[in-house]
Amino acid sequence: MISEVERSKRRKQRRDLIRRVISYLVLCVVALTMVGPFLWMISTSFKEKDDVMTKKTHIIPWRVFSYLRTAEGPQRVKLLSDNGQVARVREILPDGTVGSLRTVPSQEVVSKGRHYLKSRNYPEAWQEGNLGRAYLNTLIIAIFITFGKVLTSSLAAFAFARLNFPGRDKLFLAYLGTMMIPETVTLIPLFVLFRKVPEILNGLFNTGYFTASLYIGDWFVGTAMGVDSYFSLIAPGLFTAYGTFMLRQFFMSIPRDLEDAARIDGCSSLAIWWRIILPLSKPAMVTLVIFTFMGSWRMFVWPLVIVDNPKMMPLSVALKLFQDQYSVEMTLLMAATVIALIPILTVYISGQKYFTEGILLGAVKG
Amino acid sequence: MVEVDQKNRNIHRRGRFRQALEGYAFLMPNFLGFAAFTFLPVVASFILAFYSWDMMQDARFIGLRNFIKLLTNPEFWYYFYNTVFLMIGIPIGMLLSLGMAMLVNQKLKGIVAFRTIYFLPHISVGVALYVLWVWIYNPDYGLFNQLIRFFTGLEGPAWLSDRFWAKPALVIMGLWAGAGGKSMILYLAGLQGIDPSLYEVADIDGVGAWGKFRYITIPMLTPTSFFIFIMSVIEGFQGGFDQVIVMTGGGPPPGATTTISYYIFTQAFEEQRMGYAAAVSWFLFLLVFAVTLINWRYGGRRVHY
Repeated sequence: MISEVERSKRRKQRRDLIRRVISYLVLCVVALTMVGPFLWMISTSFKEKDDVMTKKTHIIPWRVFSYLRTAEGPQRVKLLSDNGQVARVREILPDGTVGSLRTVPSQEVVSKGRHYLKSRNYPEAWQEGNLGRAYLNTLIIAIFITFGKVLTSSLAAFAFARLNFPGRDKLFLAYLGTMMIPETVTLIPLFVLFRKVPEILNGLFNTGYFTASLYIGDWFVGTAMGVDSYFSLIAPGLFTAYGTFMLRQFFMSIPRDLEDAARIDGCSSLAIWWRIILPLSKPAMVTLVIFTFMGSWRMFVWPLVIVDNPKMMPLSVALKLFQDQYSVEMTLLMAATVIALIPILTVYISGQKYFTEGILLGAVKG
Repeated sequence: MVEVDQKNRNIHRRGRFRQALEGYAFLMPNFLGFAAFTFLPVVASFILAFYSWDMMQDARFIGLRNFIKLLTNPEFWYYFYNTVFLMIGIPIGMLLSLGMAMLVNQKLKGIVAFRTIYFLPHISVGVALYVLWVWIYNPDYGLFNQLIRFFTGLEGPAWLSDRFWAKPALVIMGLWAGAGGKSMILYLAGLQGIDPSLYEVADIDGVGAWGKFRYITIPMLTPTSFFIFIMSVIEGFQGGFDQVIVMTGGGPPPGATTTISYYIFTQAFEEQRMGYAAAVSWFLFLLVFAVTLINWRYGGRRVHY
C-alpha cells in the first residue's frame, strides 16, 4: 500500500521534472531567436571585412582565414593543416566559395591567427559616421523633450484629475482623440510651419536673424529656428496627449485626504502638485521619463525632414546617412548600430521594472 | 469631524472661480503646445488637402480634385494593398504573443530574465534595428540565408531585393520585433488576472490542458485580444513607415513595398505635392477613425467578460 503511494508520488515528481525541462528548452529556443540577431550584429561588428563577406560565417568573430603571400599581394585562404614546413590550404574565391586544395611552404602563409578580434571598427565608425556629434545632438534633444514633456503633461494631468473647471471632460476627450491622429497628418503642416515661419518673421522684422546660423565659439549650433535648428527638433515634441492621459490615470488613484488637509492648511494648488502629487507619483513619473527618453532617442521621420545639415542630425538620421554612404561596409555599419543601441539597452536594463507597469498604465483606456 | 467637513465645503465653494482659473493655468503650457503643434496642423492639413501646392508657387484651390485623383489612382490602391498585406502579421503576432506570455507565466526559476530577453527586440526598434535587419536579409552573406543554407543546403530568396519576398521579409521582422513586446505584456497581465479557481474547478471535472486553454483561457482573454487587435490594426494602417524608409525605399521594384505612410512621405518631401500628400494623409486618418468605430461597434459583441 505504502509503496503504491510512494510510486505514484515518484511518478508525479518525474513528470514534473520532465515538464520543467521541456519548458526551459522551449524558453531557451525562443530566447535564442530573440537574441540571435543581436549576437550576429555584435559578431559582425568585431570582424574583418573579408571574414564577413563569406558564405560560411563564424558567429564568433575570430579570423577564420589566413593569407597566402603571392606575387599579386596577399590572397585569402583557408588553412587546413600546418606542420611547420608545409601547409595545406584552400583558396577562397571572391564569391566566398572554397577553391581547390594546395600545398604550400609554411612561411608563405601569413596571419595565421584564429584568436583575433577587430575592435578598430568602432573608432572608425564613430569617426566616419560623425557619430560623436550625432550622440550629443540626440542627448540634447532627448533631455529637453523629456523634461518638457513630463513638466507640461504632469501639470495638465493634475488639472484633469483634480481641478474643476468648465469643459474639463470635453477637453480631456479631445486630448484622447488626438492620440488617434496619424503622424503623417501633422508632418506636412509642421514641416511647412518650421520652414516658412522663420522666413516670414525675417520679412516682418526685416532681418535675417531667424534663419541665421549660430555659433558658440566656432562651434556650429544650428540656425535660430526652422530648418537645422535644435528648436525645431525639440519644440513639437514637448507636448503629449499620451503622457497626460497616463499621468491622469495615476493621479486619479491617489487618495484625496492628504490634499484636503493641505488645502485647509492654506496650500496652493501649485504647492499640492509639487509637494504631494509628484512625490506620490514617483513610479508613474519614472515610467514616463523612461518612455519619453527612449521615444525621443529613436525619433526619426521628423528629424529626417527638418534637418539638412549633417552637424544637426540626431543618431537615427546620422545612422541612415551612414548606411546610404557605406552600404557595403557591414562591419562598420554594425559597429555603428551597436553604438546607437547601447544607451537604449542601458536604460532598459536599469529601468526594467518600470516597463511592464508603463505599458499597462497606458493601455487601460478610460 | 463635521466642522472640518463644513470648512472643507466652504473652501471648495469659495474657490470655484479661482479653481477654474487655476485649472486653465495648469493646462495652459500643454494646451498651447497642443494647439500649435497638433490642432493647428490638423486643420491646416485639412485645408491644404483642397489645394495644389509645391511650396514654391502660390497654392491653388482645386476643390475635391486631390481626393478624386487619389481614389481613381490604381497606384494608390496598390499601396493600400501593400499596407494591408503587411497586416497579415497581426493575427500571427497575436498567437505568438499569447504563446510567449504563457511561456513566461510559468512559475520557474529565472523566468524574469526570460521576460527581459523577450522584450529586448521591442525596446530596440528603430533605425539601428532596421539597419541590422538589412544585413540579416543580405542574400549572399546574411544570417537568414546562411541558416537556410546550413539547414537545407538550398539558396534562400533575395528577401529585400526580391519583388515577392520583400513584403514577407518586412512582416517577419515585424513579428520578431513585436511578438515579445507590448502584446506579450498585455497578455501576461490578462493571464495573471484570470481567477485560478476556474482552473481548479476544471481540474476537479477532469478537463485536460487543451480544454482548459480552449474553454477558460481563450474566452477570459477575449477583451485583451480585442484591445490588442484594435491597436494593431490602427498601427498597421499607419505602419510600414520608418522601416520602409530605411530598408527598402518603397521597392524593389519601385512601389513593391510602398505603404500609404511612405507614399505620403514621398509625395510631400520628394515630389513636393503638398496638397495631394495632405489629402492622402486625411484619407489615412479617416480610415483609422472608421476602423476604430467599426471595431468598437461590431467587435464589442463578441467580447466575453
